[in-house]
Amino acid sequence: MSTTTPAFEGAAIEPGVLPRLLPARPLRTIAGHVEHYGPVPQRTDALILEIERSGLKGHGGAGFPTGVKMQAVAQRRGSSVVVANGTEGEPASAKDKTLLSIAPHLVLDGAVLAGTAVGAREVVVCVDRAFPQIAEIVAAAIDERAARAVDPLPIRMEQAPHRYIAGEESALVAWLNGGDAKPGFVPPRPFEKGVGGRPTLVQNVETLAHVALIARFGAAWFRSLGTKADPGSALVTCTGGFARTGVSEIPLGISMPALFRATGTEISQVQAVLIGGYFGTWLPPDALDSVRLGSASLRTQDASFGCGVLFALPKDRCGLAESAHVTRWLADQNAGQCGPCVNGLDAIARAMAALVKGDRKGDAARHLDRWIDMVKGRGACKLPDGTARFVESSVRVFADEIRRHKRNGPCSACSAAPLFPLPRVGGWR
Amino acid sequence: MTRMVVNPITCAGHGICAELFPEWIQLDDWGYPIIDPRPIPKEFAAHAKRAMAACPTLALILRDERAGG
Ligand SMILES: Cc1cc2nc3c(=O)[nH]c(=O)nc-3n(C[C@H](O)[C@H](O)[C@H](O)COP(=O)(O)O)c2cc1C
Ligand code: SF4
Ligand code: SF4
Repeated sequence: MSTTTPAFEGAAIEPGVLPRLLPARPLRTIAGHVEHYGPVPQRTDALILEIERSGLKGHGGAGFPTGVKMQAVAQRRGSSVVVANGTEGEPASAKDKTLLSIAPHLVLDGAVLAGTAVGAREVVVCVDRAFPQIAEIVAAAIDERAARAVDPLPIRMEQAPHRYIAGEESALVAWLNGGDAKPGFVPPRPFEKGVGGRPTLVQNVETLAHVALIARFGAAWFRSLGTKADPGSALVTCTGGFARTGVSEIPLGISMPALFRATGTEISQVQAVLIGGYFGTWLPPDALDSVRLGSASLRTQDASFGCGVLFALPKDRCGLAESAHVTRWLADQNAGQCGPCVNGLDAIARAMAALVKGDRKGDAARHLDRWIDMVKGRGACKLPDGTARFVESSVRVFADEIRRHKRNGPCSACSAAPLFPLPRVGGWR
Repeated sequence: MTRMVVNPITCAGHGICAELFPEWIQLDDWGYPIIDPRPIPKEFAAHAKRAMAACPTLALILRDERAGG
């Protein structure tokens, strides 16, 4: 997927105030960056409080309050480490790569500011090694900063394995410490014992870009977009059946119809929208008219914003077959460590494939609900929970489709190549 | 308030724990333990200890509080 074409101009939704994070042209030099955003503020003593006031939540998927996490690291003894997580293993997402390529210094500003605020000795920026062009841009930005000695702490970049699981924070820390990029059994969590055994603040790169702007313009400015519960803006990746696909920035809380208008897409052209990436939830057609891209509204659909991926399923696609492909891909991402994940997700993926074929004997349907409940909370990481959530929503939203397949067998769209990107992944080191 | 958890990475699915502490541990469809998440009552403390000691990979752990988010 292209990482630089916006699906729409943010200003189409909120005239004059967006984009915040995605300048119209790439700002890869310090001079261009500072001209656009202004200089980095020197004082960071009140930054954590300001981040807490801003209500910023993480953009890596879990939506955890950033100020709380920063506070937790700051309170640990000894110096810490900041990891800027730009690995973006979510196949349908392009927002972190886009951000790193258009505004690398904003991410680096945020990482250094957060690092200073939590007493870090270094910043480690992690990118996916399968995208050398992004790594090159980030490396050049780091080099320019080092040559001009603009930062009070050192920054290094590391190119992480091209794997979905590698972006999970304990996996990333394990890899940075010289091991496989596989999750560990927590606690201790990275904020307690992370890179080199030090307390480690792992934040998504978009989260850090917001930190850089809040440090400059303040919490009140940040809150001037979005809603009380979901303040600020967010990057989204619109993909699949939207008329215009790509990465854009939205004020949090906007309505789904507004997003459809901005991408030039009619709601009637799509069957459903997957929100939140492969750990996400399908929104059925009747929800699309009313739902807002805010936590309270999404919760009514058992959905959350996640990492900001929106995948529109076109009318001519089989939602059941597409979901079965994603389920198999997710199951195959297991790190081979936890029995319930290795065995359970494989069983769930096989049951989904059986539903596509028609499940004449009814075995798959009978087991699936049990297995979904059985795997939740039983892995070292959230792969089982995320997969369970996706499958739960797939069988709910495509219930009619499942009945049709039971009656008639696979449909004409079942044999189509998957519309979802299902990349081949690399090794664990 | 002591709860039992299993380290799913070290657990090898031997199932001995479920035999020794059936009041609290059941096996899933693949032979891995599903542990009752409630605090362990005093009268089961000895059962819990026995199951923990018998686990070949020492995968069972007692936690004094729930690990938070
Ligand atoms: C399987 C899995 C994969 C993940 N992949 C990523 C990723 O590619 N990028 C990312 O920022 N966070 C990823 N996360 C979330 C991280 O563990 C972590 O919560 C996040 O980087 C924290 O940043 P935030 O609080 O700014 O969102 C993943 C989590 C899981 C369970
Ligand atoms: S839950 Fe699955 S992906 Fe996560 S650590 Fe265990 S085996 Fe690996
Ligand atoms: S005895 Fe230990 S290894 Fe065997 S199933 Fe129980 S916890 Fe897992």
